[in-house]
Amino acid sequence: MVIAEVRVELKKGVADPEGKNTLKALELLGFEGLKDVKTVKVFDIVMDDKSPGEAEKRVDEMCRRLLANPVIHNYSIKMK
Amino acid sequence: MKASQVKVCVLRIEGTNCEEESFAAFKRLGTRPEKVHLKQLTGTDVAHEEKRNLSDYQILVLPGGFSAGDYVRAGAIFAARMKSKLSKDLVGFVKSGKPILGICNGFQILVETGLLPAMSGVMSEVPEAVLGTNDSGRFECRPTLLRKVNKGSCAFTSRISPDKISLIPSAHAEGKLMFPLEKAKKIVRELEDNDQIVFKYVDPEGNLAGYPWCPNGSTDNIAGICNREGNVFGLMPHPERVFFRFTHPDWTRSPDGPGDGKAVFESVLEYVAKKL
Repeated sequence: MVIAEVRVELKKGVADPEGKNTLKALELLGFEGLKDVKTVKVFDIVMDDKSPGEAEKRVDEMCRRLLANPVIHNYSIKMK
Repeated sequence: MKASQVKVCVLRIEGTNCEEESFAAFKRLGTRPEKVHLKQLTGTDVAHEEKRNLSDYQILVLPGGFSAGDYVRAGAIFAARMKSKLSKDLVGFVKSGKPILGICNGFQILVETGLLPAMSGVMSEVPEAVLGTNDSGRFECRPTLLRKVNKGSCAFTSRISPDKISLIPSAHAEGKLMFPLEKAKKIVRELEDNDQIVFKYVDPEGNLAGYPWCPNGSTDNIAGICNREGNVFGLMPHPERVFFRFTHPDWTRSPDGPGDGKAVFESVLEYVAKKL
């Protein structure tokens, strides 16, 4: 069994209203010195593949077909 | 083809919630609409008598809602499921000149599927655009004013006069149309050259204006686009919600007549009557 951690984040320059709103909320709570807050989506995909290499290829296809939109997203895959 | 012969496929999955209004609009105009679940087209987990063929319909409608809970990204799951099983049928449908309408979540689905903007070919392999989170970071539910900027390519707006401002309500959290940042300007120019931009968010004077006139911060205030042939059309606001005048928010103060959204449905029927 392998677990793939997929991290989907917004490309540099793409607006992140959720991150900006969270930053504002944290500042309103009194936290000081905050530079930025970014939202990131993480999927843990549990697979019964034997070979991590093959599994990673399949996860890459999952990212292309569903998990990320290349217009605004970068994604990275970590096999655990 | 007469309206009474036109079969309209109003396609839904779990989480779609505007199929009734879309169905009612087409029914009212005398066509034969049918609410069809995606599984009926793909033929999975349905009884034989429930199976349907996309090619039996003349118009495909992807209604609004929150398909598959808007998980992953709005419209992404519906799009991926459709693309994995129905790619060929969809491409054939578009190539034969049959019209596809995507409203709100339907627009998000068309973009995620690659059927819009379809800068080259009928359906791109990966999305060429995205409907991202509104600049306000929240769900925007308000009447919006749309100016028709299309010069005649779009099959869904032929009965709307150029530059006419229509009141069509918006209700979405992810409606900001975006293109890859580094080539956004070039893409918008190309869309203009191809006459693919259909509606823009404006103020009452018809000027491109910021929030709240533009509810989401969309690139160039774009509210709706079509493919190069004009038979695939997607928009964030809901024309089916203002099919009748009495569902307009200001109906007691405006002159009698049809709702502003009705012309979208009449236009496509006129297109089908002429072309199919």
